[in-house]
Amino acid sequence: MKPEGLKLINEEGLRVDGRKPDELRPVVMEVGVLKNADGSAYVQQGNTKVIAAVYGPREIHPKHLTLPDRAILRTRYHMVPYSTDERKSPAPTRREIELSKVIREALESVIFVELYPRTTIDVFIEVIQADAGTRTAGIMAASLALADAGIPMRDLVAAVAVGKVDGQLVLDINQLEDEYGEADMPIAMMPSLGKIVLLQLNGVLTEEEFKQALQLAKKGIMKLYEYEQQALRKKYVEIKPEEV
Amino acid sequence: MPILVQHRQIVVPGQLLAEGRDVEVKSQHTVYRVGDKLYSAVIGLAEVQNNRINVIALEGFYFPKVDDIVIGIIIDLGLTSWTVDIRAPYTAILHANDALNKPFNPLKDNLRRYFDVGDLLVAKISVFDRTRNPILTVRGKGLGKITKGKIVEIVPSRVPRLIGKKGSMINMIKEETRCQIVVGLNGRVWVVGPSPLHEEVAILAIKKVERETHTTGLTDRVRAFIREELKKRGLVS
Repeated sequence: MKPEGLKLINEEGLRVDGRKPDELRPVVMEVGVLKNADGSAYVQQGNTKVIAAVYGPREIHPKHLTLPDRAILRTRYHMVPYSTDERKSPAPTRREIELSKVIREALESVIFVELYPRTTIDVFIEVIQADAGTRTAGIMAASLALADAGIPMRDLVAAVAVGKVDGQLVLDINQLEDEYGEADMPIAMMPSLGKIVLLQLNGVLTEEEFKQALQLAKKGIMKLYEYEQQALRKKYVEIKPEEV
Repeated sequence: MPILVQHRQIVVPGQLLAEGRDVEVKSQHTVYRVGDKLYSAVIGLAEVQNNRINVIALEGFYFPKVDDIVIGIIIDLGLTSWTVDIRAPYTAILHANDALNKPFNPLKDNLRRYFDVGDLLVAKISVFDRTRNPILTVRGKGLGKITKGKIVEIVPSRVPRLIGKKGSMINMIKEETRCQIVVGLNGRVWVVGPSPLHEEVAILAIKKVERETHTTGLTDRVRAFIREELKKRGLVS
């Protein structure tokens, strides 16, 4: 239950961490952070920190998983033991298995898998610090890593969660708001195509609230999309021609 | 038919490049179309020419194509064929018949005499249709085992820049460093020079081209760079 006296939204309408209802947490995005992966990215949203690595397209082992007409995508979403307050067992939990699946399905609709038959694209998402919104940060890290690996894709994926706390819709919820709020709705989109690739909802929203939440999420997603594009470009802009 | 990006601008996946059906697209996999709109599918450089648009990928892996010249490493051998790593999503196969100029009898002969695990070779892809792994051949001019020199690996999608327009970049590097250079389309480059120091300079130049692919005026800068490096090593006065 909610601790006595905890107010998720104060008298001035600000949230526990001082944000406005439609304000994102500070974002850090970096591409190409791992040397040995074909593509990699780091995404930080507030206290949530996620790293993603992409390998492939490469040959599939075990061989029987091969599909003759397209590449398969294998995704692992994993939280490291020290990512949470209480040590988390490193074994994949039900939750992690489910998230791996929904993230895989979201990314499958983004990548041109039919170009590379009989191969696999492996995506590893490691949550190194969890403060809610790890799946949305994870999916963004994965999409940046895929772009960094040079895998043709329809669009980058930007994602954010909208929550309902103390009866009000708020953007990009943190751990406290997630735990004691009334609803949590993560949404991932291909922003320039305007297509939703992941949408989940925990808790209860009215139809009207749902529509508002979607609008709020879209606003956040467009901002995150900008950050993603900047992060990708930054890698090249930094390399200036050397003077000889 | 507005084209919304400039020539040599860095584009990212999902970026709207142009609108209109009359815009021509050169590449198949780096640009895609939804209705009237053209989007980029990769991180790359936009190439705009009149009514034509193309995106040259900056990152990427090698995907085999028939008649490509590649540099492979033998990773395994069977009775009548070798398995070759060509840095592609598929391992390639080299049959004894495509490597030797005589019939091969596995009873009397051993493949190890010709190519052993770890050997490098320049090969051409003779058959590849995506339903089976690519098949190589080493019959042809300039193909065969690599016995001397050095190999460097670069990002495969930056090979076109290393070659340059009609080979302008690679020919310049060859001339300036007096090295023979074979560029495998899979991003492996074979350098043989008059001395290890010459090879070193050529490799540094190749790495510089790889790193600065997306910048302009590269050929002249690399030329100056090579002359400087040669001078440092006392190879030219």
